[in-house]
Amino acid sequence: MKEMMQALREASIKAILNADDAESLENLRVKYLGKKGELTAILRQMGKLSAEERPVMGQLANQLRSEIENAIDQRRNELSAAMLEKKLERETLDVTLPGEKPHMGHKHPMYNVLDQIKDIFIGMGFEIVDGPEVELADYNFTKLNIDEGHPSREWTDTFYFTEDSRILLRTQTSPMQIHAMETRELPIRIIAPGRVYRKDEVDATHSPMFHQIEGMVIDKGVTMADLKATLNLVVEKIYGKGTVTRFRPHHFPFTEPSCELDIQCHKCGGKGCSTCKGEGWIEVLGAGMVHPKVLAGCGIDPDVYSGWAFGMGLERLAMGEYKITDLRLIFENDVRFLEQF
Amino acid sequence: MKMPRKWLNEFVDLPLEEVDDKAFAEAMSVSGSKVEVTEDLSKTIHNVKVGRILSLEKHPNSDHMLVAQIDVGGEAPVQICTGAWNVHVGDLVPAALHKSLLPNGVKIEKGKLRGVESFGMLCSLKELAADVHDFPYAEIKAAALLNNYHPIDPLKPSISPNIQSGDRIFGKVVAAEVSSVENVGVILWKCGLALGCETVTPCQNIHVGDLVAYNTEKDAICTLADLHAEQKEFPNCIEDGILILHEDCRPGDDMSLLLGRDDHVVEFEITPNRPDCLCMIGLARETAVTFGKELRLHEPVVQAKAGGNIADMAKIVIEDAALCPRYTARMVKNVKIAPSPAWMRERIRNAGMRPINNLVDITNYVMLEYGQPMHAFDFSCVKDGEIHVRCAKEGESIRTLDGTDRPLTPSMLCICDTERPVAVAGVMGGENSEIVGDTAMVLFESACFNGPSVRRTATALGMRTDASSRFEKGLDPEGTRKAVDRACELVELLGAGEVVEGVIDVYPGKKPQTTVKLEPEKVNALLGTDIDEGTMRKILMDLGFGLEGDTILVPSWRGDVEHYSDIAEEVARFYGYNEIPTRFSGGISTAGGYSELQQVERRIGEVCRSMGLDEIITYSFISPSYYDKIRMAPDDPRRDSLKILNPLGEDTSIMRTTILPSMLEILTRNYNYRNKEAALYEIGRIYRKRPDGLADEPKIVSLGAYGPKMNFFVLKGWVETLLADLGTGKPHFTQEKNNPSYHPGRCARIYVGDTEIGVLGQIHPETAANYGVDAELYCAELRFDALFALRGSIPVFKPLPRFPAVTRDIAVVCENTVPVGDMVEAILSGGGQYLKDCAPFDVYTGHHIAEGMKSVAFSLTMRAEDQTLTDEHAEETVKKVLQILKDRFNAVMR
Repeated sequence: MKEMMQALREASIKAILNADDAESLENLRVKYLGKKGELTAILRQMGKLSAEERPVMGQLANQLRSEIENAIDQRRNELSAAMLEKKLERETLDVTLPGEKPHMGHKHPMYNVLDQIKDIFIGMGFEIVDGPEVELADYNFTKLNIDEGHPSREWTDTFYFTEDSRILLRTQTSPMQIHAMETRELPIRIIAPGRVYRKDEVDATHSPMFHQIEGMVIDKGVTMADLKATLNLVVEKIYGKGTVTRFRPHHFPFTEPSCELDIQCHKCGGKGCSTCKGEGWIEVLGAGMVHPKVLAGCGIDPDVYSGWAFGMGLERLAMGEYKITDLRLIFENDVRFLEQF
Repeated sequence: MKMPRKWLNEFVDLPLEEVDDKAFAEAMSVSGSKVEVTEDLSKTIHNVKVGRILSLEKHPNSDHMLVAQIDVGGEAPVQICTGAWNVHVGDLVPAALHKSLLPNGVKIEKGKLRGVESFGMLCSLKELAADVHDFPYAEIKAAALLNNYHPIDPLKPSISPNIQSGDRIFGKVVAAEVSSVENVGVILWKCGLALGCETVTPCQNIHVGDLVAYNTEKDAICTLADLHAEQKEFPNCIEDGILILHEDCRPGDDMSLLLGRDDHVVEFEITPNRPDCLCMIGLARETAVTFGKELRLHEPVVQAKAGGNIADMAKIVIEDAALCPRYTARMVKNVKIAPSPAWMRERIRNAGMRPINNLVDITNYVMLEYGQPMHAFDFSCVKDGEIHVRCAKEGESIRTLDGTDRPLTPSMLCICDTERPVAVAGVMGGENSEIVGDTAMVLFESACFNGPSVRRTATALGMRTDASSRFEKGLDPEGTRKAVDRACELVELLGAGEVVEGVIDVYPGKKPQTTVKLEPEKVNALLGTDIDEGTMRKILMDLGFGLEGDTILVPSWRGDVEHYSDIAEEVARFYGYNEIPTRFSGGISTAGGYSELQQVERRIGEVCRSMGLDEIITYSFISPSYYDKIRMAPDDPRRDSLKILNPLGEDTSIMRTTILPSMLEILTRNYNYRNKEAALYEIGRIYRKRPDGLADEPKIVSLGAYGPKMNFFVLKGWVETLLADLGTGKPHFTQEKNNPSYHPGRCARIYVGDTEIGVLGQIHPETAANYGVDAELYCAELRFDALFALRGSIPVFKPLPRFPAVTRDIAVVCENTVPVGDMVEAILSGGGQYLKDCAPFDVYTGHHIAEGMKSVAFSLTMRAEDQTLTDEHAEETVKKVLQILKDRFNAVMR
């Protein structure tokens, strides 16, 4: 009987190892271990054994059963691993084919730049204000210390709605300084981005409508040192740490002293190249201390309060940032342009 | 303003070796005189030398070229071929040698011309970027050389090919062979003729052996004009050629010196508040203070020995004192018009103007030096010797010096005699009193005119001149006297005439002395500095300010200074803007940040982009015809737009009252660019007239799209998603058949509660056709103010359902006209506590459905909050829903 079991062991293990799919493996299990299987047939003969032999043989038979079961399990695992491998093989993809992209919308490049600037100023405690584009000459000019004879008031330069030149399209965001001083509580820290209009024909660098950002601080004890500190910080945020700046006297009717802020040309490092037109410097913005006359005109006592203001053109900034060569692209809104940013 | 540095050195010692152009530009820019560009004029010309012609031979392989041996100061002569016939042995000429550079950018190298080596090129005036104003003697006259005659019709020559010396050509004109040529003065040659006589001619192109036409009566060699000949008959006898120098120079001298190009020119951008810097003296003053140098100014001295007094000869009346605060005049007799000397021509040229003649050059020189524009009248043309400064009368006109007839209007200030205008004040003189060759008496005008008036006149006449661009900025009336004296001094220096004694000076607009209190602490408080008073005083005094105790006396030329903040700027400029510390003084801190309105606007942008829409920026102004283009009703009140009275053009002439045309324009443009799809948004303003003349400028959220994926429901989905994100509460949509811009069957008005949010839909095919688009365009216009007002508050958490939902699908048949949206609303409001959602998923007409009817299928979702929903509850709910549909819409289950 022992020999029979040994023969069954050898035959069954061999058969199991040769089984090459799950079905034949199941057939082998039935053949060897089933109710009518070969092991059962051997066990049926146990009755013929002596009482001493019986437990020994029983133990051997159980051992054989578990050996066969293990072999089947092991073979089953091998087969399923191989099958999985084949399946995965079949499912292999060409990973170099393009992905399916969701369609994303794009912010207009100029507003990307504007939002960057808004965030810089918000971080410094500024608020953002908005105001009318159809404006009184009083606000666009007179209250900004721009007198009646000033060339910018000419009908060749400014769009007017009334024959008496009283109502116009604002030519700058500076009237927002006046609105803020007249309506807000002190201290004031604002920026006012927006559309402005001048009578310029459309070309690669001009547009009758463009955008400016105005900024203003009014508080007690504000000095030109504040102006410089703030604008240096802003320029560093926009153009990167280590940007070299230069403040240069300039003239605006509503600030005194006035200045322009240049940054050293990043392309040539100040030696002079085509980007900076040989000057070594690139003009970034205009600024100055709010003219005491303008303060007084808005009911703010210049002996108690002082302030500074700046203005910068947004189009030029965006064009510089993205190396856009023609202003017209900004207002053309071709999706092939918009989706580059 | 261009400033030659050699000229600057007359006023300030600042040699190039001490301060080069770059350092100069940097220092001047940061002290307030912005330098645009600097130019080393000597770099524009290189290796061009004065040469003397030693010999001239005919070119062996060309009948119009000459081979010259030139002494250019070296050991051996240089051989140069030239096609010009106006040179002679012994002439001094400019020779561009091998590897030379000409001012027009041309580089010259040696080469072979028809087999003969040429080691450079002889230069004409033009090739040296100069003209006869720079070298007044260099006008070239050409004789008609009979040996160069080519008849127009070979069969009918005007001059016989066999003509011989001594043959008569016509009248007193005979052919003559030239036997000798000798230079006898500036542009004068003595020619010996084979006829046995001699004649002197200014014609430059004559050489020994030439056959010329000689007028025996006039004793002159004939030019083409004298023979009434055409150029093509004498192709090489042209009034052009090499510049023959009559300067104090020798072979080998550098031509850049003779051309005044051994100079550096600095171009400044002067701000409009500083007209005093539009001249050499003003810039010299800034330079002196910037570099801490002494400023050397010169007081003009006039001899005035001509006899007589201007007061007895002329009368000046200012009739409009507001427009002419001062008029100063002097008189010059026995004027001799001639070229001005080289030094003056050179300075004028390097400062960017053109030399003309001594009188004109003097006026320009004084303008460049003092900033005071001047005018010179031929006094014999001033009727009755009277100058009246008055506005033009209706119907008057003047022919200005540029030869243009210009009608004048009564707003234009003019200089007139007793009868007519003789100049447009501050802009340009009139031809009727122009200085000409035989002018004998000149009245110099040095006046001050109202800036805006000059600007408007110049603009109206379309002629901005060097004078008007200075006057328009408002000049210092105190400057007129010194300028006119300087002009007279130069007249005497140049020998251009004799100055009459006396000055007429009418000065109705004298201004009081401007004073400002010196308040160092206020200046420091504004600048954030700690500059001591002594430093401030020194800066001010160096700039020409007076100081009496604490009172600052502002110099007359500094009309821009009137306030302590102006003083702060003067101090800061020379203390150094870049020396001012950078520091935050603190103050009360402000919170900053986006307002709620701004946050909502930003959020709308974010949602639009997350749905795949690109942001656009469009012009606020449109053409009135765009209202027709979008098929707006003729009586639509939105046609009443704010109108720009002086627009650039029709297309940008009114402020938009609707944003739709802007979006359609951009969609069209993308469509025309063959972009296969576009989905765009803009948050832009519209402009509605207000009774006070200003505008309400509400913002509109504008959506627009076209492309294969677009249909009405995609657009509606965008709007629904946007409203849901803002938490406005559920919108409802009503069919809009009467908006002429939109497809009448595919347009909806959008409401939240009773508030109308806007409109959405497919653009009417005819509207699209008006834009030349034959595709389906989709647009939505939403009121930003309404979206903001209806925005939801912060969402409150709702517990997630704990029990599963049950769904049941039902289909009903009803009349075709019943809106599904109404059915959904009815179902949801009457479906009972278990009904959580109702989604229509199929609308069907056609087969099996009666005419005029439709089948609508809904998916009902039901759930109980506290238990798993039983079948009975679900059935109950469905029954309820079917009952509602039957009662309200006469819809029966299919």
